[in-house]
Amino acid sequence: MQNLSYETERDSEGGRGVFSRLVGALLLLATALFLTACEESYPQSTISPHTDFAEIIHGLYVNIFWWTMFVLGVVWILLAWVVVRYREREGDEHPRQIRGHMGLEIGWTTGPALIVLAIAIPSIQAVFATQRPISDDALLVEVTGHQFWWEFHYPEEGVTTANELYLPADRSVSLRLGSADVIHSFWVPKLGGKRDVNPVVAVREPDGEPEYNWLYFTPFETGVFLGQCAEFCGDSHALMRMRVVVQEEDEFEDWIERWHVPSPTAAPPEAEGEAEEEDEVPETGPAADLDQEVDAGAAEAPAPDPEQVSLGRDIFLHQSTCVACHAIQGTTAQGRIGPDLTRFGERMTVGAGLLDNDRENLVRWISDPESIKPGVLMPGVDRPGGNWPPTNLTEEQVEAVAAYLLSLR
Amino acid sequence: MSVQIENDPDTHAEETGIWSWITTVDHKRIALMYFATSLIFFLIAGAQAILIRIQLFRPANDFLSAEVYNEFFTMHGTSMIFLVAMPMAVAFFNFVVPLQIGARDVAFPRLNALSYWIYLLGGLYLTSSFFFGAAPDRAWTGYANLTLPQFSPGLNMDFWLIGLSIVGISSIMGGVNFITTIINMRAPGMKLMRMPLFTWMTLVTSFLLVTAVPIISVALIFLGFDRIFGAAFFDPARGGDPVFWQHLFWLFGHPEVYILILPAFGAISDIIPTFSKKPLFGYPIVVYAGILIGFIGWGVWSHHMFTVGLGPFADSFFIAATMIIAIPTGVKIFNWLGTMWGGSIRFTTAMLFSVGLLAVFTIGGLSGIMHASAPVNLQQHDTYFVVAHFHYVIVGGTMMGLWAALYYWFPKAIGRYLDETLGKWHFWTTLIGLNLTFFPMHFAGLYGMPRRIFTYPEGLGLEIWNQLSTVGAVIFGLSGLIMTWNVIQSYRKGERAPADPWGASSLEWALPSPPHHYNFPNIPTVRSREPLWDEEERREVEGVTMAPPKAEPHMPNPSYWPFLLAASITLSWALVMTGIWWVIALGMIPTATCVFMWAFEPAFPEGAEH
Repeated sequence: MQNLSYETERDSEGGRGVFSRLVGALLLLATALFLTACEESYPQSTISPHTDFAEIIHGLYVNIFWWTMFVLGVVWILLAWVVVRYREREGDEHPRQIRGHMGLEIGWTTGPALIVLAIAIPSIQAVFATQRPISDDALLVEVTGHQFWWEFHYPEEGVTTANELYLPADRSVSLRLGSADVIHSFWVPKLGGKRDVNPVVAVREPDGEPEYNWLYFTPFETGVFLGQCAEFCGDSHALMRMRVVVQEEDEFEDWIERWHVPSPTAAPPEAEGEAEEEDEVPETGPAADLDQEVDAGAAEAPAPDPEQVSLGRDIFLHQSTCVACHAIQGTTAQGRIGPDLTRFGERMTVGAGLLDNDRENLVRWISDPESIKPGVLMPGVDRPGGNWPPTNLTEEQVEAVAAYLLSLR
Repeated sequence: MSVQIENDPDTHAEETGIWSWITTVDHKRIALMYFATSLIFFLIAGAQAILIRIQLFRPANDFLSAEVYNEFFTMHGTSMIFLVAMPMAVAFFNFVVPLQIGARDVAFPRLNALSYWIYLLGGLYLTSSFFFGAAPDRAWTGYANLTLPQFSPGLNMDFWLIGLSIVGISSIMGGVNFITTIINMRAPGMKLMRMPLFTWMTLVTSFLLVTAVPIISVALIFLGFDRIFGAAFFDPARGGDPVFWQHLFWLFGHPEVYILILPAFGAISDIIPTFSKKPLFGYPIVVYAGILIGFIGWGVWSHHMFTVGLGPFADSFFIAATMIIAIPTGVKIFNWLGTMWGGSIRFTTAMLFSVGLLAVFTIGGLSGIMHASAPVNLQQHDTYFVVAHFHYVIVGGTMMGLWAALYYWFPKAIGRYLDETLGKWHFWTTLIGLNLTFFPMHFAGLYGMPRRIFTYPEGLGLEIWNQLSTVGAVIFGLSGLIMTWNVIQSYRKGERAPADPWGASSLEWALPSPPHHYNFPNIPTVRSREPLWDEEERREVEGVTMAPPKAEPHMPNPSYWPFLLAASITLSWALVMTGIWWVIALGMIPTATCVFMWAFEPAFPEGAEH
């Protein structure tokens, strides 16, 4: 302890290298974190907010991030100092036996307490700000989680679709979340935090309303946003993905409109009636990469062979078990167990965000969904699914069904 | 420094041979068995982790199927918590606590043996599910209603819930045993506030064990009724509530986190002063902080449930409680720094692991603060960010602390040092491996990778983080092998260790290494917090502990009933899987018989007075 001054000098020399390296590493980390945050190469990023809800969370995260970096810096610098400075050396005297210091104890109790307070207060404010409806005229969407796909129902618009949620930009949205089977979690990171999709408890007190979880947000940019189930929900939890397409208000209205008009090929010609409507493909938004995909199906689709389509339609509607689970607007198919297939040809993906929606993948899917998504309830050509026996369709029939479904646009 | 006594012509030498191990009630032997068993489970669960990492090395990889992957990540988590981290801590409770407080054994030696055998057999039962092709596959949290039979047919989750029920019995009995031991069996003068920190944290942990583990036992029994007998505790279709499971699970699960970390905190609170050659800075504060963590740990469980939708008031309460618990944890870290400050630090492997814990655990603690904020949690929950967080806490905290304890107490237990060169290899591969494995997971999580997914698509920007993690996992796996090799080699031919190899302060170092099977020939009287650091007191203590016993030490009889009872308890539980009432009823007969026989077995040799 006597040679303290000498040693301090010598050691701060050696210590500086460690400090600067530490500080350098920290800065590097922080820069990496924030530079990469905005890049579009992370389509499912939690630190790239595109709604008011996501922005509140992100602001809070950045705030807390810097507080924790500060604390980490203090602890690491002290630790590095202690390790370098108080390393055992030859000729060390037996250290002074200090048992504590009340002032220090009070200091390092109140210091962290204040930091924690600085984090807790905005956190609690954000909790209250994000858990209530944003406006009265919000768009209501009822989200139902299924093993392993998403159902989206717009009660006011009377529209039901699956795995691809269409929303208008700059309008508040209220998502009502409920599950048909096990607990799922709705999560589209760029649109905000996740919320569990709980099974609705069937039996409650006589006057009890079923309790749903809600998510409230207002998307302020158009684009296609990726999401997936975030609560382990069984064998194919990893494959329960979804897309959210945020469009300009008029495009969205258009999409709603068109859902109610059956696709030209949906039902047999005689039943078609006045269903003459111009096939309008949604305009592209700014988010380049993914938005192109909205179009992709449309652009690449080869002209359907009418005969094959009509064969497929016949099989789908009359010669198979398809309609037991699936619905297609404007036809007799009104099954409610599986995804609604209205305008299926416009979907970007097949199998809940798994595969590009093209002929080849669709044929694979119809032939053997279990090989693509273990635990799926849909039967394949020679494998049962859920309670359903194998469909026993021939290769030709599968091709026809695929052609029919892709023609629904 | 130390008094070396040649093996005195010890007439009470312990027996050797397999049978003596099966029937032993000696806490030191039970400790060794606990450690060896948890080490084997560590290697098994570690191998599963490596396979998981290989699967995630590439997007859309098909190395493991969804089914097998789900089994591996479930068994990795379940095993690492219940069959590795907890029992490995219990191994140290067993070895160290009686020696530190000046006792000849734990309060209930046969119960102690029973705890071990139940742990071993329950663990084997759980792991045997792989051989039946029915390994648990619904995550270590076993969330209802996914675990109900309509969504999880097969025996997989029956193995899980029954296996954990069995292992839980062992934890509860262990807790009872250590509370009684620490409260009642301290040497004269060993006041509570003179106890070494490791004993203190064992006491706090034991209280958590006896209060928290029964909650999951209850939850598992509910789930068992739902699955096997068709009850509806968690079935929403029949009025049950799956969220109820989550409350029960986390009401256990969060105290469990402190069950895992407090023993490590206790160990390094003994190790850091020894190698800094200074008493623990702020001893009473560190003790109170540990107790406070134990208490507040009860009020934070719903921070695992911020996404469940409990409403803003519940969320706010659990934000506040969780933030508050960060304060005593921070206080502990500063007190350890204060202990080292002004010391003369000797970097043995044990000390390296302790310092490593300070550096690495802090990362885990701080990322915990991030998702303690409920809104931020809505993004981070169930992502790899959380996976990174709890691995920093459990590997960077619990396991680093336990490795420190291993290098520190091994010479006392075996009479030989662990090899320090291999030890340093172990430390550096651990440090590099764990950071390379778990740090990139923060980024994977921030970029939207949920946990518990057997595959991820290309194009999310997740590839590089997963590749780094996999490389890290291989290095970390290597560190485990180095450690295992070191333990085996040093056990057989490590350098001989004296009674007090480190110049430490507490009672266990006043005994020969390894200690006699009766520990203390005569019970010393303690006059301070560091009895061996005061010249005079040390002479006094060693005069008692190194002398031949004044009177024949009465040690409990060996007994084979603990093993038999453990076997019959495991059997009775396993038969519950059949769901046939008379099979289950018959299965209880051996258990009842063993309990009866146990009760009438003389605990001490005939004619011995105690």
